[in-house]
Amino acid sequence: MERLLIAIGLWTISRLRRMGHMFVFLLNSFYFIFIPPFKFRLLLRQIRFFGNKSMLVILLTGSFTGMVLALQLFYILRKFGSEALLGPGIALSLIRELGPVLSALMVTGRAGSALTAEVGMMRISEQIDALTAMALNPIRYLIVPNIVAAIIVFPLLVAIFNVIGIFGGYLVGVEILGVSSGTYFSLMEDYVTMEDIMVGIYKSLSFGLIVSWICCYKGFYTGYGAEGVSKSTTEAVVLCSILILIWDYFLGAILL
Amino acid sequence: MIEIIDLHKSFNGQKVLNGVNLKIAEKEIVTIMGISGCGKSVLIKHIIGLLMPDKGRILIEGVDITKLETKELDKIREKLGVLFQGGALFDSLTVYGNIAFPLREKTKLSREEVRDRVMHALEDVGLKGMERKYPGELSGGMKKRVAVARALISEPAIVLFDEPTTGLDPIIASSIHVLIKSTHKKYGYTGVVISHEVPKIFEITDKVAMLHNGIIIEVGTPEEIQNSTNPIVRQFITGSHEGPIEY
Repeated sequence: MERLLIAIGLWTISRLRRMGHMFVFLLNSFYFIFIPPFKFRLLLRQIRFFGNKSMLVILLTGSFTGMVLALQLFYILRKFGSEALLGPGIALSLIRELGPVLSALMVTGRAGSALTAEVGMMRISEQIDALTAMALNPIRYLIVPNIVAAIIVFPLLVAIFNVIGIFGGYLVGVEILGVSSGTYFSLMEDYVTMEDIMVGIYKSLSFGLIVSWICCYKGFYTGYGAEGVSKSTTEAVVLCSILILIWDYFLGAILL
Repeated sequence: MIEIIDLHKSFNGQKVLNGVNLKIAEKEIVTIMGISGCGKSVLIKHIIGLLMPDKGRILIEGVDITKLETKELDKIREKLGVLFQGGALFDSLTVYGNIAFPLREKTKLSREEVRDRVMHALEDVGLKGMERKYPGELSGGMKKRVAVARALISEPAIVLFDEPTTGLDPIIASSIHVLIKSTHKKYGYTGVVISHEVPKIFEITDKVAMLHNGIIIEVGTPEEIQNSTNPIVRQFITGSHEGPIEY
């Protein structure tokens, strides 16, 4: 029994220590966001990295999410005779919830994993040590541009996801299931408020921070060799996905 | 110039450095040799300040770098040029971008001045015309040459070479040795070379230190080391599989 308690205690301490280390990494990164010199070229490169890597997957998942939502919502709403509410139903589901969450999960799988692998490869090939040896701060050069880029890009990707999703829903709801085109859009205008849009923006901003923070951290402190990078990449994707869903609940509860 | 005093370092309870003492005089090239995994790279990482010792001191120009904060340590690092084992070239930058990187980031030289110095450095390392290539397009020897050029571009007072010829064929390895010798003559830096390329390394070094079991067991000129009676040094130089060094 005593051994079990010791093992649980040691495990808890090691987890807390790891969490503390991650928070210090984040605070350190935040500090360098506001301290010049600013690396605008690196920032633009990372904005392109996130956008370029994720655009196709966002377009695909956005359109199919909207189409599936239209099918399922139409089936439910028809039971209550409220098919006219299909447009706002799809828009609200996407803007408040599905857009930010699914986009974040997709970007994690596409750009986030690539980011961890890239930073991890830089670690094991001593490129990060080379920066330090040149008296240049690797956090400023590698981490800060990624965090700022993710915070800028995530809301834009979510906006694209939502627009594409709404048109995907239009395609199925209006063109296939026969909901009136005017009703689809006009009721959306009535029911979707600025507050709903802000909820989505807050979520996407925080998911951008979570994904870039975790993926950079896991790459920055990767293990040895290709196996270490592979393990870090998997851990980053799993941890990001879990944190996105947990944070989504808490933020949703606060902003409701 | 560099003084290592009673340096200890362990990883997960395993002692790697167990009281290293070594003095490196100004403008001297000192080679640290020893079997693979004996802690040579760990020692060089302490000199750069990438690792902190469990015990002991490292003095660079009289300043104990183990006691310094990051900002002060960076001032010492600005005097260093480092050639990492794998070159550590930035994959996303061209050869030109890699060599120009320290100048662009750490100096206020104009674009033309940077260009002049980079082209000159490329000529020094025999890679004229390669400036637009990416590291992925280069051979191992070429990568090492680019890394040498990058390490020397800021004309540092101290240059650390971590296994500059590992993985290269004998001819390319010789050319890297010649490059170290010629650049040392030109720039007059203090050099620390980590290598187990015996006896070739003796041609370019002023002193040789043998690291074994976490301590420096012998230091001397290449001639002294070659004539050493220490059985460990003798076994290492001859490359014999029989002797006191256990694998």
